[in-house]
Amino acid sequence: MSRVLTIARLTVLEASRRKLLLALAVLTVVVIVLTSWGFSRLPTMKDVTPAEVRLAASQLTILVAFMFSGVLALGSTLVAAPSIASDIESGIALAILPRPIRRSELLMGKWLGLAVLVAVYAALSGLLEMFGIWLGTSYLPPNPVAALAFVAAEGIVLMSLALLLSTRLAPMTGGVIALVLFFVAWIGGIALAIGQAFANDTIINIGVGSRLLIPTDGLWHGAIFYLEPSEVLAAARAAGRARAGNPFFAESPLPFAYLAWVAAWLLAVLGLANWSFARRDL
Amino acid sequence: MEAADAASLAVHTQDLAKRYGKTVALSGLTMSVRRAEVFGFLGPNGAGKTTAVKLLVGLALPTAGEGWVLGAPIGDLSTRRHLGYLPELFRYQGWMKAREVLGLHCELSGMARSEWQKEIAIALDLVGLTDRADDKVEGFSKGMQQRLGLGVALLGRPELVLLDEPTSALDPVGRHDVREIIRQLKARGTAVFLNSHLLSEVEQVCDRLAVVDHGRVIATGTMAQILGQDGAVRVRVTGLSPVSRAGLQGYGNLEDEGEWLTFRGLAAERVPDLVGEIVRQGGRVYAVEPRHETLEDRFLQLLKDQQA
Repeated sequence: MSRVLTIARLTVLEASRRKLLLALAVLTVVVIVLTSWGFSRLPTMKDVTPAEVRLAASQLTILVAFMFSGVLALGSTLVAAPSIASDIESGIALAILPRPIRRSELLMGKWLGLAVLVAVYAALSGLLEMFGIWLGTSYLPPNPVAALAFVAAEGIVLMSLALLLSTRLAPMTGGVIALVLFFVAWIGGIALAIGQAFANDTIINIGVGSRLLIPTDGLWHGAIFYLEPSEVLAAARAAGRARAGNPFFAESPLPFAYLAWVAAWLLAVLGLANWSFARRDL
Repeated sequence: MEAADAASLAVHTQDLAKRYGKTVALSGLTMSVRRAEVFGFLGPNGAGKTTAVKLLVGLALPTAGEGWVLGAPIGDLSTRRHLGYLPELFRYQGWMKAREVLGLHCELSGMARSEWQKEIAIALDLVGLTDRADDKVEGFSKGMQQRLGLGVALLGRPELVLLDEPTSALDPVGRHDVREIIRQLKARGTAVFLNSHLLSEVEQVCDRLAVVDHGRVIATGTMAQILGQDGAVRVRVTGLSPVSRAGLQGYGNLEDEGEWLTFRGLAAERVPDLVGEIVRQGGRVYAVEPRHETLEDRFLQLLKDQQA
């Protein structure tokens, strides 16, 4: 376990020394300041009612959360896809692995380090953004912590997939595949919503299939639910088919069975990554 | 060989083989490296030298055969604490300082934290990088990276050090330093497995060597054994007809260079007979000298024999 922690610490240190954390922090603060200023303008608009401000703020919060989840997903893919592959290409792995460290310890150390980075980024940026929104509009989503947990989980799921691909594929190839799958899953989620609205079993099956195979969009919908105030939920439910296919709406929280599936999916992907890396000739 | 017998050796392999798809990288490698000896593993590019070392340190998995390192089956985790390895093509984390790279390897090898500082100082001193200890590795030249790699391989007083082409990026001073380090390692009882295609390097430091080609050992033994297997004599002679020259083939593998004839594989006691035969054939002998065979000659001859 200590060697897993050594590699995890090394992974975080590398992100810090390579100025990745600094660049992310600066850009994130800029985005938060700008969006918070935008939110603070909402109550000052002409003839706007507090209910309208709350509605607009809730929808814009979901959009901002989508942007952050996108940054997190793309960022974690870009960092995870080369993590093992480039260590092999450059020869860093050749120098480290003859030490008394299992390949699984190296892999899980990398995973842990990246997971910590994803979780800390999601927590800090999310809470800071929510605070900025609250300052400008007095609006807070119903359960920001749960929403941020789902956003972080989405990033960790995609990062784990990229890490698995990284054990066999070149950094570029693994990264592109992970990103394509991420967007395919997003479209699959929209297909699912449309299929449900029109009760079309084929489209529903395709949507469910994509949500099971790549759970990123499923987790994103888990996050959305905790960002929706009750009046928004009620209005959307009343709208019926009119809201079909809206990728920024979730009617219900994720069922426990789906959360269990995501946990099993994650374990399977990490198991496969370890199996694949252990059998690779370096 | 049983595992118990293998324990007395630094390295022992039995029919170790590695195949990458259809390419055979190593076919049936059987060899032994004793403890506290410097063992040269010599072969042309693509002979399977790096593959053999990668199998020994667990970076690649054998497709057949067995191997033991310091008495444990290859890949054994706890044994790796006593191994030092310098890969042929490698890089360290460029964003780290040399001292940090060494610290990381101390940590990964399970060394007690109280020993790190001393071990790092010794390694830096040994490879001449004390002045650059706090510089980032990304600013290092190839030769300095190789020195650092050597320092990493020597951390924690390993019982076996595997060096894969350790001087490939070094200048003559660096090569000399590496030879001195290898001699020091031997003096303190460390076995050294030196993978190289640089014959002079092997000739100067190795106690024993194996010559490998196309993934198999074609000769093994001490330097004297390898060189002594094939005596050679050079004779300067005039007045021999082509037919007479051809008739001398029976005395050894003949190389005809005009006035100079070289007979390989000729035992010393047959030299007077050869001279007598040349004179009987009408030849005039000006010089007869034993040909001192260098490792390069022997190496090339072994490869030629192998191809034949």
